[in-house]
Amino acid sequence: MSHISSLSAHGMQKLARNPVIIATFMALSLAGCASKKGLPNNASDLGLGANGVNGANATPGSSQDFTVNVGDRIFFDTDSSSIRADAQQTLDRQAQWLAKYPNYKITVEGHADERGTREYNLALGARRANAARDYLVSRGVPAGRLKTISYGKERPVATCDDISCWSQNRRAVTVLGGAGS
Amino acid sequence: MKSMIIRTLFMMGALFALAANPAHAVVEININKGNVTPLPIAITDFLSKDGVGKQISDVVAADLKRSGLFAPIDSKAFIEKITNPSAAPRFQDWRTINAQALVTGQVVKEGDGRLRAEFRLWDTFAGQQMIGQQYFTQPENYRRVAHIIADAIYEKITGEKGYFDTRIVFVAESGPKNARKRQLAIMDQDGYNVRSITNSNDIVLTPRFSPNHQEITYMSFEGNQPRVYLLQLETGQREVVGNFPGMTFSPRFSPDGQRVIMSLEEGGNANIFTMDLRSRTTTRLTSTAAIDTSPSYSPDGKRVTFESDRGGSQQIYVMNSDGSGQTRISHGDGSYSTPVWSPRGDLIAFTKQAGGKFSIGVMKPDGSGERILTTNFHNEGPTWAPNGRVIMFFRQNAGEAGPRLYSIDLSGYNEQMIPTPAFGSDPAWSPLLD
Repeated sequence: MSHISSLSAHGMQKLARNPVIIATFMALSLAGCASKKGLPNNASDLGLGANGVNGANATPGSSQDFTVNVGDRIFFDTDSSSIRADAQQTLDRQAQWLAKYPNYKITVEGHADERGTREYNLALGARRANAARDYLVSRGVPAGRLKTISYGKERPVATCDDISCWSQNRRAVTVLGGAGS
Repeated sequence: MKSMIIRTLFMMGALFALAANPAHAVVEININKGNVTPLPIAITDFLSKDGVGKQISDVVAADLKRSGLFAPIDSKAFIEKITNPSAAPRFQDWRTINAQALVTGQVVKEGDGRLRAEFRLWDTFAGQQMIGQQYFTQPENYRRVAHIIADAIYEKITGEKGYFDTRIVFVAESGPKNARKRQLAIMDQDGYNVRSITNSNDIVLTPRFSPNHQEITYMSFEGNQPRVYLLQLETGQREVVGNFPGMTFSPRFSPDGQRVIMSLEEGGNANIFTMDLRSRTTTRLTSTAAIDTSPSYSPDGKRVTFESDRGGSQQIYVMNSDGSGQTRISHGDGSYSTPVWSPRGDLIAFTKQAGGKFSIGVMKPDGSGERILTTNFHNEGPTWAPNGRVIMFFRQNAGEAGPRLYSIDLSGYNEQMIPTPAFGSDPAWSPLLD
């Protein structure tokens, strides 16, 4: 989440100077949500892209470009760290993008839903981050560019108490820069 | 944090000496029988020149009532008004209102500013004093004196050690679920005297007391490096435990306080290690391509229970403390996690997930005798009172904004929420303070 909140702060500073842009962006953002099907796989789909930059406006090679146009996250089945077919497509796009912009270091954050115990979920999040990392390496991303960190169930993005939220929280998020070891 | 409370026993003549022998006590509760009928007890306001006497006796009554084993009688029913707490009461007056036991006491401010608190426990049907004790302490410690008195009464009547003069360390949680702030906090077991012991925006989790309750081991994401720490409560001094290449988590002390046992994550697998706090040497206990975590020593330090998903789902295992003899002990439906060995050694408490619900239960160390104490949308993380009779855990109700701490009797009865100012999770019970 840290990358998203920092984006928001950055975007808001720009936007605050021009109220017209805020109104335009909100309209675009809503349209974007409505047009997507299935599980969201990037910050914009999750309604988190409230930073004044949509896909079309993102500077190629920017973190906004990565988050919105490539998709920064993949999702997992319950208690699983297997990379699903839809997740493979997202990671393939990530690997291509990362090959194109080789200066970024990357942290893969692993997360779990709330339907598990705290310590196990810390380890499960690590397993997922490692699975995503290994996949990216298999697609040519140099291992030296990649770090991982697990937040277990401590940083949900969706907070309801049913599967519609749990399925969004079982995720690995590829963060440009970011923390981790 | 060593005892600031001095205790002396009253030995007022042969009668009291005799009555101190449990064989002569008539009033008793057998807490091995499960759901006992609470014992009617009259707890009179302790006499004092200011309100502190009543404050202390109110805390004693609240402790005993919350245990579920005692039913303090409404003072409006009292016939005799105690004017001399050192003299024998009119036992018939207390038998009339069915008070099986009676507590009297007084609190006197000494010349040096300390409080002298004294109490007597009477067996109304035998017409005898069961115990009499006095304590000297600073006025700000009045709640601790009350808890010590409650422990003495509990122990005299049940034959089991009390657990009221204890503390809980836990994770105090505030803010929305997707931007939660977590701090470690310590409070008395009844929810009073809450104080934070960390204050940062880093995620902090899974605190545990050292056996001498002077230190806390816990996990922190400080510097975005999730690792196990050691915190000295007296000085606030902190240090990282060990120099491991990956995430370390789920730390607990050994019963002798010499080691921390924890999990190390490497490449998506988690295995169990110990670090000797003196020599700083680390020892690997498990070696699987799985998640081994939540270790807990038996009270004699000879064995360790832990959870592992090496067999495909989370299950409870027991091994010798050198890592040999790893044996699965849970075999019921669903998955089992967070095993915690009872301080008495006879049971292991756990979290169980089955049918979309989370339960707290206990089983024997050989896996037999599984018993579920409570089931809900989400219960997690049991911790034992030092007498092995009460379990605390945390519960997240569906639709609620955060978790709360609960306690439940080993019998499965007397479930109670512990009031905390913020949300609370990961409770860990201290040993008896001394």
